[in-house]
Amino acid sequence: MTDTRPDDTGRFGDFGGIYAPETLVPALAELEAAFTEAWSDPAFVGEYHDLLRHYVGRPTSLHLAERLSGELGVQVLLKREDLAHTGAHKINNALGQGLLARRMGKPRVIAETGAGQHGVATATAAARLGLDCVVYMGRVDMERQALNVYRMRLLGAEVVGVESGAATLKDAVSAAFRDWVATVEDSHYIIGSVVGPHPFPWIVRELQKVIGEEALAQLGGDLPDMVVACVGGGSNSIGIFHPFVETDVELVGVEAAGHGIESGEHGASISAGSPGILHGSMTYMLQDDDGQVVEAHSISAGLDYPGVGPEHAHLAATGRARYESITDEEALEGVKLLSMTEGIIPALESAHAIAWVAKEREALAGKTVLVNLSGRGDKDVTQISEMGLI
Amino acid sequence: MGAEALSELFDRTRTEGRLAFLPYLTAGLPNPQVSADLFAAMEAADGFEVGIPYSDPLMDGPVIQEAGRRALEAGTDFETGLRVVSEVKERTGKPVVVMTYVNVVQSRGVEQFAAEISSAGADGLIMADIPLEEALPLKAAVESAGLGMVLFAAPTTDDERLDRITSENPAFIYGVNDLGVTGERDEESGRGVTLAERIRSRTQVPLVMGVGISRPEQVAALKGIADGVIVGSAVVRRVLEAPDVDAAASALTTYTTEIATAL
Ligand SMILES: Cc1ncc(COP(=O)(O)O)c(C=O)c1O
Repeated sequence: MTDTRPDDTGRFGDFGGIYAPETLVPALAELEAAFTEAWSDPAFVGEYHDLLRHYVGRPTSLHLAERLSGELGVQVLLKREDLAHTGAHKINNALGQGLLARRMGKPRVIAETGAGQHGVATATAAARLGLDCVVYMGRVDMERQALNVYRMRLLGAEVVGVESGAATLKDAVSAAFRDWVATVEDSHYIIGSVVGPHPFPWIVRELQKVIGEEALAQLGGDLPDMVVACVGGGSNSIGIFHPFVETDVELVGVEAAGHGIESGEHGASISAGSPGILHGSMTYMLQDDDGQVVEAHSISAGLDYPGVGPEHAHLAATGRARYESITDEEALEGVKLLSMTEGIIPALESAHAIAWVAKEREALAGKTVLVNLSGRGDKDVTQISEMGLI
Repeated sequence: MGAEALSELFDRTRTEGRLAFLPYLTAGLPNPQVSADLFAAMEAADGFEVGIPYSDPLMDGPVIQEAGRRALEAGTDFETGLRVVSEVKERTGKPVVVMTYVNVVQSRGVEQFAAEISSAGADGLIMADIPLEEALPLKAAVESAGLGMVLFAAPTTDDERLDRITSENPAFIYGVNDLGVTGERDEESGRGVTLAERIRSRTQVPLVMGVGISRPEQVAALKGIADGVIVGSAVVRRVLEAPDVDAAASALTTYTTEIATAL
């Protein structure tokens, strides 16, 4: 494998970098050194994989979605991250960074959360590892993901509501960074996706690539034609893409088209955004002519973000992966489809990937498509029921 | 003009044996039309930091966040910000440093951005969310427009990094007076004085301390060590709290005069 570490300036091609206040730069350098060292220490890696195996329940299953495949005329394989402890892929990253925080002697961890899944995962890791935990969450998201707010509190985390901006994921990330600028000496920021200044996008990718590596092993040499995953910040997608980047398998990331790209209310940073600097890295983002960040919109809190990880920006710019988008309405249909054909209620985020395969079924006829089912949908049931889906 | 106006200022205040006072205020508050009046009301200032508001100000606490939100809502786009800069310059004749976030600069292209703020009358540029490494590629463009580039040093910056920052010879070093984002502090942590002493022991590059400074005794503590102080949230809060523009202007005159007694 070629070295897929970002370059000396923290970039994947033209994207990434360290656009952070000076106060944080020494901590980012310390973090890079600590992770580099830990990641080559068999004791650390061993403890991480041990937790993944016995505590998270990895490897998660990979199987054919038989009735869905029949319905669509496409061979759909599902990578079941929804079966991981706490119900989404987010736990892979939260435990890894939690272990790292403990190793670095930082007794307190900070996290942001959109759908609440990363917040729950971080609260879980903190409880398991004996760390103090504060989670920032937009007020709007606290309402649409009330169940997860309660779960985090039950796990002993403090959940802080964020009122600024649109009171969603972007604002929670900003609030978490502001906390960290003040508390950097004793706190570690467990960022929830492959975003932020270097080394975060690289660390989170390394901790999520277990999804793709497992999948590759489970496929037993029988590569699919395509791998499809939803893209918010981009961690579940980069996690499953990673070992496939060097193969000929097509890679498709599905962004949130919200009310439709033309409505201007969406979260499609790659499909409909432009290069800019958001939350510490150069990437594709939603912005106006003055460089002001434009609010994103998605029915799914986890995709409701105006930026994307820099490695995805690089994969898009080089043409190695392609990025498509699915509307709120289509995603809801995706929830229904997978629930009724497979008995799996997917997270609204993951439903974007399912819905894209369903939408493209003609183009994909006869092909084998591996879909990353990033999370389960329990958290969304209240929101969906209020919309009268069935 | 430009970088020279800043170096002349620090030469003068050094000769006079006092600190330079550079209050910060967001452009476009309470609205773009009267914004420059509020800068002019700060008669005791030696120069100004004019904030071009940004939607996601990572280094700012609640007060300056709210100011940015209100200014943007009042229609302060980049063009408006430029107008405020030129009005402040025309009315006061004092050095003006533009403070904003890197994406605002990057989205216009750094050359164009620097040229535009320079012809509006700005003398220097501060970007709150970039460290040395990302600032360097922009610094040359900023300087060839005749502007001074400001670089940051924080309490967490070690000596080796400090030396790299000073060797770039910025217009001034913005010494971050405390950990955390902008905002008034109930208690002074002492980190600022420690940092200022550490910087001063290594370089004579002008040093201006800011973040968390709001009281005369904090200013006095930096006298003889730093070259200047920036006061932001305490200024901005008075504008946000004022019932009208006249009240805001007179609150600023009073407050900045009080700070000036400690310079
Ligand atoms: C189940 C699930 N999938 C996907 C996402 C989107 O994040 P990412 O793109 O980083 O995988 C989230 C985020 O909250 C999530 O909870």
